[in-house]
Amino acid sequence: MKKSDVEPGDDVHDGDPVKVDRYTAGARTNHWITAASLVLLALSGLALFHPKLFFLTALFGGGQNTRAFHPWIGVVLFFTFTGMFLRFWRANLWKAEDGTWMARLRDVLAGHEERLPELGKYNAGQKMVFWLMSILIIVLIVSGFGIWDQYFARFTTVEMKRAAVLIHALAAIVIICVWLVHVYAAIWVRGTFSAMIRGSVTGGWAWRHHRKWLRALVAGKRAGKDKGAKPAE
Amino acid sequence: MYPPFPNVSVQPSALRFGPEDLVRRSASEVPAPARQLTEVAKLIDVSKCIGCKACQVACLQWNDKREEIGENHGVYDNPPDLTPETFTLMRFTEWVNPESDNLEWLIRKDGCMHCADPGCLKACPAPGAIVQYSNGIVDFVHENCIGCAYCVKGCPFNIPRISQVDHKAYKCTLCSDRVAVGQGPACAKACPTQAIAFGPKEDMKKHAAERIEDLKSRGFANAGLYDPPGVGGTHVMYVLHHADKPEIYANLPKDPKISAVVQLWKGVTKYAGLTAMAAIVGAGFLHSIVSGPNRVSPEDEKNAKRLAEDDTEKRTS
Repeated sequence: MKKSDVEPGDDVHDGDPVKVDRYTAGARTNHWITAASLVLLALSGLALFHPKLFFLTALFGGGQNTRAFHPWIGVVLFFTFTGMFLRFWRANLWKAEDGTWMARLRDVLAGHEERLPELGKYNAGQKMVFWLMSILIIVLIVSGFGIWDQYFARFTTVEMKRAAVLIHALAAIVIICVWLVHVYAAIWVRGTFSAMIRGSVTGGWAWRHHRKWLRALVAGKRAGKDKGAKPAE
Repeated sequence: MYPPFPNVSVQPSALRFGPEDLVRRSASEVPAPARQLTEVAKLIDVSKCIGCKACQVACLQWNDKREEIGENHGVYDNPPDLTPETFTLMRFTEWVNPESDNLEWLIRKDGCMHCADPGCLKACPAPGAIVQYSNGIVDFVHENCIGCAYCVKGCPFNIPRISQVDHKAYKCTLCSDRVAVGQGPACAKACPTQAIAFGPKEDMKKHAAERIEDLKSRGFANAGLYDPPGVGGTHVMYVLHHADKPEIYANLPKDPKISAVVQLWKGVTKYAGLTAMAAIVGAGFLHSIVSGPNRVSPEDEKNAKRLAEDDTEKRTS
């Protein structure tokens, strides 16, 4: 078990059921600011993407406000996501068991977790969400500057703006799809929301979905306690 | 010479066209108009232009715009580019004709071409911010404009400009307000050489044909009309002495059309994007009814407890 799969703040507490700390208050706050930004960006972006969705501009106080706010929300998202990236990238590095997990996607979707390898803090699906979000957010912020005409119009030619607006739309479609998968997975796998809301999951949840991570936490705690116990003896 | 527009009565008169004559409205549908107006056009005879900029002044005056005092950039173009105030701009080109070795001073009055197939309107996401009347005029309706500058990306001629004051897009209106009361555009009215003519598009084409014949008789073998079919024709046309090389006139595009990138963005991407999102939501719904929720079993909790207690035992032993 590599330490890289255990993030700062992860811990396991005895009890009935066993309580496993998964996300610190900082990580949760960071996540929910990013989440709120992403939802607002999707709503304001979709409003300008399809005429049938233009009514969504009313949520932002009209078309002019929607146009003005959207890029600034994007800047907020970029910085908060960067915070998440720095927190989570290490535990999201690709491992050998992730390939096995992907190859048995059928069992994943059927909920046959007994047929899957033991996993660290994140499964391959979560890792793909993480890396896709990371790449797409970079694509979106760069293409976004290309069409943020209020401040940056003079830095690009019309041809570049056209390419930027198409790339921005395509990347936005993909990231909304990734987000839908992310949200659905959290709903489908019961007990997941408490990780991002209260910060902890039950031992059973960790055992079922991220056993390697749970084992590492228990082993880490044991090692820590053994060390701490010795001087007292 | 095409007869200049007569001075019309200053008495109030009924408008000759209005919202009921819309054939296109951005990001929305319009009912087919009950009548078809006569298509109008402005014909700019580049060979007759003397570069006096009276049209620019008339445009600023009629539209009540003030351009900032500029700087000399070493060329006659003033201001150097179209702006949210300057809807029309004389662009000067010094061109050496390789056949005659003569220096030719090409002066093109740039501005909105009022395309039959307007890229700006196609790109616009704001319902009713860009409209097209059955007489061919493409107009911006500023109270609906959100300032996103999608029209800038849609336009094959790089015409619309966004105001940094009210964050709305501006361009030539073909003096829709003047045309509506039976007058011609302010620029045409002001032109001292009648290089700018305005009238029914068919008449303008006939007038252009006479002008082209005249130019050909004077040695401009490639004289011709600029009414590019790639955008369905335009309602601002040019008579060019070198119609085979429109690009020498300050980069007038040879075969303008709405960019394929814009077509892709406003076409298949729009529909495929929403379909993809709907498909994911549908797949999620289907999956949830087929395989049900993924719940943690009491067995899982027991196993976790055993693992954690194993740790406790070791510590106490």
